[in-house]
Amino acid sequence: MNAVPLSQRIAFAAMLVLIVASPFVLYPVFLMKVLCFALFAVAFNLLIGFVGLLSFGHAAYFGMGSYVSAHAAKVWGFTPELAILSGAVVAALLGAAFGWLAIRRSGIYFAMITLALAQMVYFVCVQAPFTGGEDGIQAVPRGHLFGVVDLSSDFALYWVVAAVFLAGFLFLYRVVHSPFGQVLKAIRENEARAVSLGYRVDDYKLIAFVLSAALAGVAGGTKAIVFQLATLTDVNWPMSGEAVLMTLVGGIGTIFGPPVGALVIITMQNELATILGAWVTVVQGGIFVACVLAFRRGIVGEIQAKLGKPL
Amino acid sequence: MAGDVVLETEGLTKEFRGFVAVNDVSLRVHRGAIHALIGPNGAGKTTCFNLLTKFLEPTRGTITWQGRDITRAKPAEVARMGLVRSFQISAVFPHLTVLENVRVALQRARGSSYDFWRSERVLSRFDDRARELLADVHLSEYEAVPAGLLPYGRKRALEIATTLALEPEMLLLDEPTAGMTHEDVEHVVALIRRIRAGRTILMVEHNLSVVSGLSDTITVLTRGHVLAEGDYATVSANPEVRAAYLGSEEAA
Ligand SMILES: Nc1ncnc2c1ncn2[C@@H]1O[C@H](COP(=O)(O)OP(=O)(O)O)[C@@H](O)[C@H]1O
Ligand SMILES: [Mg+2]
Repeated sequence: MNAVPLSQRIAFAAMLVLIVASPFVLYPVFLMKVLCFALFAVAFNLLIGFVGLLSFGHAAYFGMGSYVSAHAAKVWGFTPELAILSGAVVAALLGAAFGWLAIRRSGIYFAMITLALAQMVYFVCVQAPFTGGEDGIQAVPRGHLFGVVDLSSDFALYWVVAAVFLAGFLFLYRVVHSPFGQVLKAIRENEARAVSLGYRVDDYKLIAFVLSAALAGVAGGTKAIVFQLATLTDVNWPMSGEAVLMTLVGGIGTIFGPPVGALVIITMQNELATILGAWVTVVQGGIFVACVLAFRRGIVGEIQAKLGKPL
Repeated sequence: MAGDVVLETEGLTKEFRGFVAVNDVSLRVHRGAIHALIGPNGAGKTTCFNLLTKFLEPTRGTITWQGRDITRAKPAEVARMGLVRSFQISAVFPHLTVLENVRVALQRARGSSYDFWRSERVLSRFDDRARELLADVHLSEYEAVPAGLLPYGRKRALEIATTLALEPEMLLLDEPTAGMTHEDVEHVVALIRRIRAGRTILMVEHNLSVVSGLSDTITVLTRGHVLAEGDYATVSANPEVRAAYLGSEEAA
């Protein structure tokens, strides 16, 4: 029970092999996009999958991470790792404030409050001068890692992004499998009972919320460095929807589901965009409905159920 | 036997949109006693428990725990003061194993619960104590089973073991034997006898035979208010109690 199950070790090894081998076969920029969104979905899954909170406002943390990192790299001349870190810090602070407001409610009210707060952030970003309005922040320098390693080549940057993703992924794995994570599980399973045992459940939810927001900020910041761009798309509500969709497709509450979901959705968007154009959104909507109606466990969730082993 | 009063309510009242579920209840629970709260279905016993453990806000009245006014305290804080409840509908963490269920309680009492950066392996230091508690309620052989798969009676036993892990000064048990087979009822009664040393217990009970053998004081509740109070002989001889309680028993 306390050791990492074999099924997860194998899945992790497979994921590592894919991460290492794929840039030799596929476009690094595409892969980096997948990894950024995979981290975003993993961060989102901490809340929905392990606390049972549906945040519909994660675009706020992703977007602020993106803007702040872009600004720090471009205007303040921060090295990329420090730029991403600043994005994460701001996202965490925003998460602390919004989480504090939202966790007092549950279910659909929680989702609505997170959405409303995130839309406020969006409107601020539309108006605030530092975001560059409709243009966004463009031509963000990728810079030198630790001021030393030049990241202008996609191939070099890829390894940094892969390292960021793996660090975030392993960090969240640890959070879920920590004494804290054990309490989160208890709260999700029976909140009233956890309270009756003396747990201050709001504190636990808030910490989880802040961790999730910080990781979403890392994902957004990394994305800004990769594409050298931060725009309103990063902070608008469809971005929150992406996290929901990817996690749902991959498997809510599974460890490997969100990255798989991100891979599937990004691939689909890339491949189908050329064929279907704007109809991609409709196809995505269809997948969403199909998942909710017939396929609730998601890809990894289904495999997990078939194997009877955790993934 | 009567020790000093540990838990006291004054004029405790709860209204749900005009409907008075608990009406002007003044209770005194003595240290070390087993105090039973009985009454027909809908009498307000569970609501009373919810008020005492702060899962509900009283409309009026005060609650005092060991001299401290806890009328406005939060439920988690009340639990931390040593006043721990069980639930009428058995409350376990279904996907955690039996051992993990008990460990969650031990973890709260003994720290490290906020450590999100450490491996859950550190929790294994609670295993020995958790196993002792499980042995006490005859659940040792089930320790690796997800709690949700236990039969009902054993879930109740697990719930008691989890509650005891906090070493509470006072236990509030809401119908601990409800829905149990005769055999399980005897187990639970024997268990309550064993755990009462050094503790105060307030229990809601439907099963009169359980109450008669166990409790020092019985409070009878009907339609939200106290009808009678005293030891079993006094209460069961009260004609009003016989009418209210036995009458509704026959109807049910
Ligand atoms: N949350 C609530 N809202 C409205 N009425 C309630 C609520 N909880 C309990 N009641 C009512 O209060 C009365 C007492 O219920 P309860 O305390 O559960 O009784 P008991 O545990 O003695 O069977 C019942 O009539 C019940 O319908
Ligand atoms: Mg009841």
